Amino acid sequence: MTAWIALVAGALFGAGACISGMVRASKVLGFLDLRSSWDPSLALVMVTALALQVIVWRVVARMRAPVFGGRFPGPPAKTIDRSLVVGAGLFGLGWGLVGYCPGPAVVSIVSGARASLVFVAAMVAGIWLCDLIKPRH
Amino acid sequence: MTEFTPIHAIVGGALIALSLSIMLIASGRIAGLSGVIAGVVHPFGDGDHWRAWFVLGMVAAGLVFEVAAPATFDAGGPASLPIVALAGGLVGFGTRLGGGCTSGHGLCGLSRRSLRSLVATGVFFAVAVATATLVGGVSR
Repeated sequence: MTAWIALVAGALFGAGACISGMVRASKVLGFLDLRSSWDPSLALVMVTALALQVIVWRVVARMRAPVFGGRFPGPPAKTIDRSLVVGAGLFGLGWGLVGYCPGPAVVSIVSGARASLVFVAAMVAGIWLCDLIKPRH
Repeated sequence: MTEFTPIHAIVGGALIALSLSIMLIASGRIAGLSGVIAGVVHPFGDGDHWRAWFVLGMVAAGLVFEVAAPATFDAGGPASLPIVALAGGLVGFGTRLGGGCTSGHGLCGLSRRSLRSLVATGVFFAVAVATATLVGGVSR
């Protein structure tokens, strides 16, 4: 795969996370914490991105193959298992505690804030721990 | 306390969708961020380094904002460091176990009507709202 495409796509994601304010844990918590003076920005970010993504999947359905090779993913798996629910629950717990989800957390390390660095280091440790307990590759 | 910023939310959300769409249309990749990050710190060995380039692009964009508009980022930490470390561990472990995060399940999966993603997104949003609302004081 062409590295340049991934680099540009990554930069667009980083810019989107910065402009939307999702790199600020305080703004994410402003949405998640219902006791605060509620900030619906996160919901509008999600709804905007979702609406566009729905259109993109329709475009993909009419394409034979990706533009630069490879193949499109098959239909999504349907199995609802314990890993899915427990994993989502643990993620929600961590997300609700400090307001960082994986992508924006990684972008925020450039600020040099200790919280960002500690969060991302612990997140990587969590990924390793999960792969240690439940190898998948 | 933060204020509703609708224009920024729409522009930012559109850029995030554009990013995910480019990966999908160009190479058929679903660029869920937890999977991308896991692939960088724990290479799958598929000989394809696109995930590392994606993360490099993210960080490069972040650096531009840090230099040009430092107020983009929170000045101080949101919570005490032990709690931040606990939360980071939970997010890493949980997204890996559940196979996705806000972008993978919440955007890519939901937009293609994946039942798994619908369940995962419902669970992590509900738990996150409950957690932030009940223990929000810890984090600020």
